[in-house]
This record gives sequence, C-alpha cells and structure tokens, in this order.
Amino acid sequence: MGRKPEPGEICLKPLNAFMPQTAGPHRVRNGAYEEQDVTEPVVTENGEGGDATRRDFIHIAAGAAAVGAGAMMVWPLINSMNPAADTLALASIEFDMTKVQEGQQVVITWQGKPVFVRYRTPAEIESARADDRAGLPDSQTDAERVKDGHSQYLVVIASCTHLGCIPTFGTGDYGGWFCPCHGSHYDTSGRIRKGPAPTNLVVPEYDFVSDTRIKIG
Amino acid sequence: MSDHESTYVPKTGIEKWLDTRLPIVRFGADYMSLPTPRNLNYWYTFGAILTLCLVIQIATGVILAMHYVPSTEMAFASVERIMRDVNGGDIIRYTHANGASMFFIAVYLHMLRGLYYGSYKAPREMIWIVGCLIFFLLIATAFLGYVLPWGQMSYWGAEVITNLVGAIPVIGEPILIWLRGGPSIDNATLNRFFSLHYLLPFVIAGCVVLHLWALHTSGQNNPVGILIPKDRLKKDTVPFHPYYTVKDGFAIILFLMLFSVFVFFMPNALGHADNSIPANPLVTPAAIVPEWYLLPFYAILRAIPDKFGGVVAMFGSIGVLFILPWLDTSKVRSMRYRPTMRTFFIIFVIVGLILGWCGAQLPDAPVIGNFKTFILIDGDLNSYLWLTRFATLYYFAFFLVIMPLVGLRETPRPIPATISEPVLSGAAAMTAAAPAAAEKKG
Amino acid sequence: MILQTNIRAMKKTLVLITAAIGLSLAAQPALAAGDKPKPRSGGFSFEGPFGTFDQGQLQRGYKVYREVCAACHGMELMYFRTLAERGGPFYESGQASPAENRFVRALAAEAQIADIDTETGEPIMRDGIPADRFPSPYANATAAAAANGGAAPPDLSVMAKARSGGADYIYSLLTGYAEIPEGLQIRPGQYYNAYMPGDLTPFMPDGAKVPPGGFIAMPSVLFEGQVTYDDGTEATVDQVAKDVSAFIAWASDPRQVQRKQAGMGVMIFLFLFAGLTYVSYRRIWKGVAH
Repeated sequence: MGRKPEPGEICLKPLNAFMPQTAGPHRVRNGAYEEQDVTEPVVTENGEGGDATRRDFIHIAAGAAAVGAGAMMVWPLINSMNPAADTLALASIEFDMTKVQEGQQVVITWQGKPVFVRYRTPAEIESARADDRAGLPDSQTDAERVKDGHSQYLVVIASCTHLGCIPTFGTGDYGGWFCPCHGSHYDTSGRIRKGPAPTNLVVPEYDFVSDTRIKIG
Repeated sequence: MSDHESTYVPKTGIEKWLDTRLPIVRFGADYMSLPTPRNLNYWYTFGAILTLCLVIQIATGVILAMHYVPSTEMAFASVERIMRDVNGGDIIRYTHANGASMFFIAVYLHMLRGLYYGSYKAPREMIWIVGCLIFFLLIATAFLGYVLPWGQMSYWGAEVITNLVGAIPVIGEPILIWLRGGPSIDNATLNRFFSLHYLLPFVIAGCVVLHLWALHTSGQNNPVGILIPKDRLKKDTVPFHPYYTVKDGFAIILFLMLFSVFVFFMPNALGHADNSIPANPLVTPAAIVPEWYLLPFYAILRAIPDKFGGVVAMFGSIGVLFILPWLDTSKVRSMRYRPTMRTFFIIFVIVGLILGWCGAQLPDAPVIGNFKTFILIDGDLNSYLWLTRFATLYYFAFFLVIMPLVGLRETPRPIPATISEPVLSGAAAMTAAAPAAAEKKG
Repeated sequence: MILQTNIRAMKKTLVLITAAIGLSLAAQPALAAGDKPKPRSGGFSFEGPFGTFDQGQLQRGYKVYREVCAACHGMELMYFRTLAERGGPFYESGQASPAENRFVRALAAEAQIADIDTETGEPIMRDGIPADRFPSPYANATAAAAANGGAAPPDLSVMAKARSGGADYIYSLLTGYAEIPEGLQIRPGQYYNAYMPGDLTPFMPDGAKVPPGGFIAMPSVLFEGQVTYDDGTEATVDQVAKDVSAFIAWASDPRQVQRKQAGMGVMIFLFLFAGLTYVSYRRIWKGVAH
C-alpha cells in the first residue's frame, strides 16, 4: 500500500493528513475527502503525516514480531514429525556374537533394516585380503571393513546397493553374496565385484563393547 | 453498505497475467481495502480470533493424527506417547485440548456480540444462520474429539449422549446401533468418531467461507446498528487494512496470552481428572460431566423429566437460535438504543452462566445453604433441579416471548443519523433528528 | 461521554470475560457433604509457574516405587529410558541419549522382562534394557483383581493427573490412614482413609456425625524404616510418602517443568509483541475518529 492513491479512490490517510493548523476549506493532497467539511471537528489532534506512516519502524517491528511468532508456532509442529524418543531409543542395538557359527551368518534387524553378521572362515578372510589390490569397482581393503582383532566378523547392511534387495548368502562367483534381483556379485568382504550395484555393501557404524558383543548404531 | 468497486490495478506482468486467469490477487487486495465501519469496538475482533482458533485446531489436530491410534486398545497409550515421546507433543496436545475451550470462549462472546448489536437482523439473517450452523458443527466436533483420548469421561460422556439418540420414539434403537456400529460403544464407535472428528472441521471451514461471503454481501454491522449508505462510505468507513488487520492482530495477541497461560501453566484446569483414567465400561465415574462449554446444554437436557423431552429441549435450545431473525420484532438493531431489551439481555447472559453452573451440579444438591423446603412435583424447591428449570424457562422465554413482545412494545432511544455523529459530537450526539422510522428503509 | 461509554463498555467486557473464565474454572462436580476433603499440602518444589523437580527427591521416589509400590501397581506407560530424560531422576548432563544413560542401563538390567526367545520362540525372561517398559506385577487386569480381593490396583503412570489434587492428594492419601471413627462399620477388605472420596453416611449409626473420607481397598503400606535411602535422608513415613508422590507427579507429566519454562519465554515474547502491536495500532488510528 505504498503507492499514491488514484483520484477518487478511497484514501488510507487519516482525515487530517497534511492539515496545517489553519481554518478554511482544505484541498487535501490527492483529492481524497474532497467533501471534507471543516465545520465538523473531526479529530482532536494532528494525525501522522503522509506516506511516512506506512514505512514507520514500529509497523515493521510489529510485522517482524508477527513473522517470528508464526515461526515459533510452526516449528514445533514440524519438529514433532522428527523421530520420537521411543524411535531414537532403538537407534542402537547390541548383539551377542557367540550366536554366530563359523562360516555362517545371522540376520538381525536394526532400525527396521536387515543386517548380516557373518563369521568368516580363514579361507574366506584370505580370499578377501588377496583381492585388496584387484581392480574393484568400489575400491576398499578388507581391513577397512572389519574391526581390528575381530577381522573374522563382517557386519554389513543386508541391502543390495543397486535397488535394495536382500542378497543370498554364499552364492555368486566370489563366495560372498549374490543378489538375485539383477545379478550383483559380492565377495567375502561384501565388496561389489560384478553386476549393476555401484558400491560395496554398507558397513554400519558399530563397535565391540566387549570381546563377544557388538553395539550397532 | 454494499459491494465496493474493485480498485485493484495489476502492476507487474505476472499480476496482469494472473488477473485475467485467476484473480486471487484482486480478491486479496479488495478484501484488504474493504470499507469497514470506523466505529467497530473490540467485540468485533472475535471473528478474526475464531479464524485463528480454527487454524490452530486444524494444524495441531493434523499433527496429533500422525501419532494417535484410534483403537480402544491403544488410544489412551498413544495419547500418552504423544505427551512423553513425540517432540513437542505435550505442547501440541495441550494446545489442541485447551484450544477447544478457547474456541468456545471466543464463540460465545462472538455470538453475544451478534445478539447485542442486532447483527442477526435483516439483511444479515444468512450470516447468523450460517453462524448457528458453524456453532452446531463446533459442538459436534468437540463432542467427537473428547471421546478420542478414551478416558473415563470420554467413554461415559459418549455413552450418555449417544443413549439420547435411543430416546427417539420408534426409530431410536436402530439408529443408536447404527451410530455406534454395535450394541455398545466399542472399537467401531471410536474409529468412526475419529474419522468424523477429522472431517467436520473442514466442513466448518467451508461454512466459514459462506459466513464471510454473506458478510461481505450484506455488509459489516456496527455498534450503532445503522446501515451505511453509499454516499457516507468515505466518511464513515476505513479500509480493512491496516485499520482492522492491526486491531484484530492486537486482540489476537491478547487472546494468545490467555491461551498460553492455560497451555503452559495450567493445562488441566479446564478438564476433568477422570479423563486421565483409562476407559472402563464396567465402572461408572462418580459424576459424568461434559466439558464446561457444553454444561448449559447438559443442564437443559437434565431439567426436563422426560428423556425424549430433554433431548428435544436440548436441541431446541440451539434450534431456536436459527429462527432468531424472525423472532425479534424490533426495527432497531443495536441494544445500545434499546434499554429495555438490554436489561433482558444482561439477565439472559447471567442465566446462561447459571445454566452452565447448574450443569456441573448434582440435581438434588441444595442451592442455598443446606436446608430443605418443600417438594415441588419431583424435587425439593431448594435444589439445582429447580434452579435449572427456572433458568431453562427464562432461556426459552427470552427468545420466544421477550424478544417478540419487547420489540413491539418498547420505546428505543433515538438513533444517530450517521456513524460519525456519536463519535464526533460527544454529549450533543443525540439529536432528535433520527427517529427509528427514518431508518426503516435501510 | 464517549470516554465514559468506552470505560463502561470495557468494564462490562472484563466482567463478562472474567465470569466466563470463572464459570469454566468452577465447573467441578458438586460435592455432597463430606465428599472430598481438601488434601494436605506436601510442600512440593514443582508447584507454581516457577517450580522445578528436586532430582534427589525423584530418585528417592523411584526407589520407593520400585521397592514398595511396584509389588502391586504397574506403571505401564513408563519406560526406563524416560528416567534419564532432562528433568528426570537419573538425567546426567554428559549422557549421549536417555537410552544410553548408565544409571538407567543398570536399573533396567535389574528388572526381568518377559520376552520370546529369538531362535526357538519360547517365552523367556531376560534382563531389561532402557527401551523396555516398566514391568507389571500382574500379567493382566483380571489377574490383578483376582490377587487383590476383586479390586485391581490401578496403574500409577498418570495417577497425579487422574486425581484432583494431584501429588498433594496422593501424599494425603498415603498418610491418611487415621483412627477408625467410633461407630463406623467397616466392610471386610476395605480400610478407612480420611482423604479418600466417599460418603460414609450409610455406614454410621443414625444421627452420628459423619466423618470425612471413605473406604479404600488398599491397606496402609508405609511404615518406618521400610526403605533405606542412598543419600542418607531419614526415611520417615511422611518423607517416603512425599518422595513417592513427587515421583508419581513427575511420571504423570515428565515434561511439565520444561513446559513451564517455555511458557515463561512465550509470555515474555507475547508481552513485548503486544506492546509493539499496540503502538502500531495507535499510530495507524491516530487522528482517525472512531
């Protein structure tokens, strides 16, 4: 509302805008209130002048406070959609490694996703390390994917990095996993060797809280 | 005051493009420049406050619905999960619960304003009728919502009120079973109440659009109660923005302060402790009471000894509002100039408060002191039962008897010719120049 | 005259709004004579707009709940991890998350939780973890009622919200087992409590003064030296009753203190916002007759 009103248009200005302290009929700027009859004591004191009213600091401040209030009201509604305390409490789980036999894997659920916990045989570990230098699509050494002192255990998220199917255990050309959906082959370190998957099976954040217990997440 | 000419002129290219295809900017600009009577007082801010209440209830309600589980097994626990585990859930839940109370405080004051200034009279009958419809939908929404937490009051309140449907002769029982989805209030009932509770606020929003459309068609009333002719527009009106946007904004902030006191410091003050007890169909609470805003209607229900009669009276107390424009025979709108009617109105407000108070009391309890007088028909005279009956009598008499009669018989005070007159001339405002008759054509 | 009218109108407005609020606040069910005695004040630290919980009291209260009340009363809406939320009994400022709080881990591990063996599917009992709920003493409501003479001990999760009077009421009730008034006929399996709501008129001889209070199915359970507090506080019956009432009040609404503090901020903001908007409003309307 900062532009000048057209003639005849209802003017926003207070009745006595631009009114000097003189009597007699007034021609108010822009032709507003042309019928103004000064015999009617319309106001008791001078009003604010002209366009300056529109840009007054106080109005900007009040408007800014209104925007702030709006944000303060909207933020808790949006934040309430973030994970709640009970979801966050299950953000990490612990697992007893003695449940896995050598040469076998166990599938557990973490944060709603399946996770492979694989106890590798020495032969499997050997073949994984031997391929460290091979031209891998997603280059990573076996040591980078296991924990020191516990290299026999491999923990990976059981989701093929192509489109998310669960790979089958022990099949495929590299002895690791094979994804039946589109034919991705993973080796005994969970690295992608052949097929459409772009990256290695994801190793989640985990730690050994004791010799036989890991905490994932 | 009739529709004002659109004064919006699109400036930029986008504005011009949009204006010929979907003139929403024009609509907004015209709304903002709408000539509004200059003499509106703070009673007129409740419309904006109510719009805010509706927005707040819908926003918090949609978020709550993301976490709430409408099953008898999990409803109570899901609400407590919202209170404890969901981020900000406790504030959102209390905002929604206390928001209902605030909604009713505002709606009652809004309606009283309408009564006092004669905003229901011609040519504004449709605004009033749509408003009554909104009020009825609001009560329905509140009732449905209160059942959802599945506390003792939720369950037993639903039991009592749905049982009323069964009081309808002949068709009552089948309708009751249809309504509940079974012989008693159970999962089927809770699930459908949740669905309807989600639906009705949007029906209310649609009615609000109609309400505002009717308002803009017949024009905003004002405390003097006279219509503003076209030639007085410039003198007697100001544009809605910024004069009333900011005034409404200020009133909204004061309202939010009251709202915040409840939500943050005494969130359960307006509720009932029994609703924090999980619903038990085998145990009835010591006293079944609805939320405070339904107490007057609950009182009227219990005042009539016959069950179906009580139902008719309760719905009739809302129904009588719909025909109000034709009950009032006065040519003068605003009760500022109707001193006799104003007295009856003040009594009506007090009676309304008394009815609310009675709704929370046991019917046999004595009103004054602890003594018994004599038994009148079916209860002691000094009992809430009879106080409620007298109050109910006045409630209906106010609309059905007093309004028609007083309108015909009273002598109103002289009405100013224009809005600006009482504003400008102060003590000399009331000239004899404008008797009620001159305004009749308005 | 306009000014007078305005003031009169404003007064009327204020009176009406106050009356409306007064009505809404006063909408409590009527009390028959002697229905519900006013509870004694427990002098709790969390009352009032600036109240906060005393973490030591909450810890003591939890111990009382666990050692005395949990034998019969469940708290099924409480999780062990909630104990470590900010403002709760075992919150530690350095903790990574409530579920990883060391005290809560230890307390949860003390509890035995019914679960299913992941490999065989057999029902087993295992050590608790923070994400578990508080275990209930009874398998279901029917078992609870059967073991307690037909009256199931109510769940305490939200007890401070479920009784008017809140923590004061719970405290008064626990210490309200008074001398049995003369002439009162006690029903078997019921105990007289001076703060229990009820109407004892049918159980007193005609004409006798009806004592306040009512019958409760729970006998007095607190006695001296029942609990040994780790912080050395003397475990008098009064102290134990206050501590467990405070704990129940916290468990009923764990976020109340944070909410009150947020509320203070909101009120201050709204006050300033109202001031700004009022000045803006006056500026806009200045010189415009209305």
